[in-house]
Amino acid sequence: RGMRRCSPKYKVVGKVQGHLTHLLCHSPEPSEEDDIDEEVDEEEEVRPESLSSEELEKLKEAVDERKKLIQALRGKPWPIKKKCVILRESQEFVEKYEGALGKGKGRKLYAYKVLMSKKWMKFQRDFENFKTACIPWEMKIKEIESHFGSSVASYFIFLRWMYGINMILFCLTFGLVMVPEALMGRPYGTIPRKTVPRAEATSAMDFAVLWDFGGYAQYSVLFYGYYNNQRAVGWLKFRMPLSYFLVGVGTVAYSYMVVIRTMARNANESGVGDDNSFNFNWRMFTSWDYLIGNPETADNKFASITTSFKEAILEEQESQKDDNIHLTRFLRVLANFLVLCCLAGSGYLIYFVVRRSQKFSQRDSNIEKEIHVNMVMSLLGMFCPMLFDVISALENYHPRVALQWQLGRIFALFLGNLYTFIIALMDEINLKREEENIIKFNITVWEASLFNGTVSVNSTAPPVTIEPADVPRGPCWETMVGQEFVRLIISDTMTTYITLLIGDFLRAVLVRFLNYCWCWDLEAGFPSYSEFDVSGNVLGLIFNQGMIWMGAFYAPCLPALNVLRLHVSMYLQCWAVMCCNVPQERVFKASGSNNFYMAMLLVILFLSTLPAIYTIVTIPPSFDCGPFSGKQRMFDVIQETLESDFPAWFGKVFSYASNPGLVLPFMLLMVLAIYYLQSTSKSYKEANMELKKKLQTVVQNMFPPLVQQSCFNVYF
Amino acid sequence: MGTTASQLGKDLLSEYQELTFLTKQEILLAYKRFSELLGKDEKDVLHERVPMDRILTLPELKSNPFRKRICYVFSTSDSKNGSLTFEDFLDLLSAFSDSATMEIKSHYAFRIFDFDDDGTLDCGDLEKLVNCLTGETDETKLTAEEMRQLISNILEESDIDKDGTVNLSEFQHVISRSPDFVR
Repeated sequence: RGMRRCSPKYKVVGKVQGHLTHLLCHSPEPSEEDDIDEEVDEEEEVRPESLSSEELEKLKEAVDERKKLIQALRGKPWPIKKKCVILRESQEFVEKYEGALGKGKGRKLYAYKVLMSKKWMKFQRDFENFKTACIPWEMKIKEIESHFGSSVASYFIFLRWMYGINMILFCLTFGLVMVPEALMGRPYGTIPRKTVPRAEATSAMDFAVLWDFGGYAQYSVLFYGYYNNQRAVGWLKFRMPLSYFLVGVGTVAYSYMVVIRTMARNANESGVGDDNSFNFNWRMFTSWDYLIGNPETADNKFASITTSFKEAILEEQESQKDDNIHLTRFLRVLANFLVLCCLAGSGYLIYFVVRRSQKFSQRDSNIEKEIHVNMVMSLLGMFCPMLFDVISALENYHPRVALQWQLGRIFALFLGNLYTFIIALMDEINLKREEENIIKFNITVWEASLFNGTVSVNSTAPPVTIEPADVPRGPCWETMVGQEFVRLIISDTMTTYITLLIGDFLRAVLVRFLNYCWCWDLEAGFPSYSEFDVSGNVLGLIFNQGMIWMGAFYAPCLPALNVLRLHVSMYLQCWAVMCCNVPQERVFKASGSNNFYMAMLLVILFLSTLPAIYTIVTIPPSFDCGPFSGKQRMFDVIQETLESDFPAWFGKVFSYASNPGLVLPFMLLMVLAIYYLQSTSKSYKEANMELKKKLQTVVQNMFPPLVQQSCFNVYF
Repeated sequence: MGTTASQLGKDLLSEYQELTFLTKQEILLAYKRFSELLGKDEKDVLHERVPMDRILTLPELKSNPFRKRICYVFSTSDSKNGSLTFEDFLDLLSAFSDSATMEIKSHYAFRIFDFDDDGTLDCGDLEKLVNCLTGETDETKLTAEEMRQLISNILEESDIDKDGTVNLSEFQHVISRSPDFVR
């Protein structure tokens, strides 16, 4: 009796395990599985108390195996019917024997744990569903994907990703900088920096002034100058200047983190190793874009695939030939020289226009000045790339290489323009600072005149109450910088939208309707419909983001403005693409350029935070506006916080940590670590290549070369 | 909207979510699209088998050069005529979805490319594959010389055991290194 009582359990467990392996290795018919299941049911009921610990272990293993199978079912390439059967069976088995595993006192806890884990899985699944439903604009992008392929859609995915980043930056600046000052700081009109000066008061509400971000717009939480330098505001004792500084630093840090994390993820996904080892295979097996659902795009894709095959074959054949390398080299050097001349010319032009507009700043209003500068920058941005295209005809590169050179040159152009703009801005800042010194002197004179001659500092006469609007102001250079950036971004946005409407929409309308009464076929011939310029648009987006990063410290309203701009851009460009564009003739892959654009974004991030950091570290803040007024340098706020808000030992630790004697060795250590990691990664790559070669030679030695011959014979 | 959800039972819905890579909304959307494919007299969405020519009217498949192969591979019919039930349709969508694993995608891709269903990709399969990709018109077709060159290059790159065909593991090895395969 005892023997028989033990053996059924073993039999059950053993049978189940055998059944499991049977299921996984073969593909049984549903009827077979029902029989086996019934057989298991017919066994004696397993009573938990009668199981020895060994049997318990085995049963637990079986249950765990089943659970793992359930988890892994998704990834198995079987039809759903088979998976359903296996799932139901496994679930029944787990339910039946799981309860039996918890022994005695522990059983309730075990059952509870099981219940909680089930609920957790259900919650996770619902959360995944919810997250997918929350992604904005998914249907729009999928529609564009099916009409234009994945490269155009990649631009919109990039735009959506940028929108996410800007949303977070907006929440940071809005929640931690703008709202506290608006709610808990002193209200408008109480102190000089928060009031419109008497001289400008009459025009402060004019639309023209507001559009230019002067008047009431200037003296508000939108710009740096409004913020008070009081150390703690409101009942929360919110440290306003510290928060302003930390949010500024935090936006940059967050942006770095996000960009680098995305780059790392892309690098992981695209796999390690050389790009050219499976050239032909990849062209063959992965060139079809399964997202295309439109016959016209499909035709274009066919043509493009054929071209790429023919190109690859030609390249393979002609890789030995290189004729007349000296002429090619000379032409390439010439082309680069011409491009450099263009870049220098455009940089000088911008500098000239900005300086000229400053000289005449009294005559023309601010709007006209801004229009001149931006018009020049936009025109350069439109015509120089075309010029580069023409010059690149000299170079005779492979189209993909030529595209990369083109992108690199446009990048250099935009960068040059931006930096020239900043240099001109720096000159203006210096001018304003000189003005400030003069005004400071004037203020002392003016204060003296108020007291009618009693200049003594220790005078006990009651202070004369003056209207804040009447106090003479310093020229707040930080607000000026913020305003410049806001104006630049607004006019840049306007230019983009107008170019879009005229270049794409108007052109499409003209081609469509003039075609009826024109001599040649407008649709197939000269103007025809425009294609969506992915690289140009992506570059524009990246540079706009660079401008936001540059100016966000001085104008906290910039992230908010950018969120609005990206939102409008998304809808406008989605509409324009579906309405006015045709699929591209040459279809390029999206994936190859993914990390390329991320790398550009990283470079722009670095280059655009440099000027802001330079101004923070070297230029002393204005004496009468902004949260750092009165300090020697803006970062003194950190020192002040450490001294007053933290215990004494913290300050000591920090001062030790920031000692150059400690920082320099630390940096040296990091450089060494980078060198070490790079050399290990190089050695891994080499080991990879070696293994690959070994694999080839080992197999080649195993099979005689006759087999290769037979394939071609069969084919012929 | 309410009626479609209630016709697909909750248990079934959660089972499908468990077994495929699709989310709840995607499964419901697939249900709706599939029921639109049925004729007036075919009411039982879950068990009806839709013939291949009706499946191929779906706009997403119409422009795909591999549409017939896709139908054949995912079909579980005994007569191998490419007809799909709703569950086969879900299998299809799951394999092509964004969250499907590399193993699933490469397994099905291999079966789709294997035109003669013999378990390996030989020269004949590769030739048919290239012809599918380059379209049907004369101007986009490759010449015989180019075809020969292309196929020999492909085999040189991926055929490790040099048997003149590409089997599943060689295929997976090649595909796993490709940055484009995930879509």
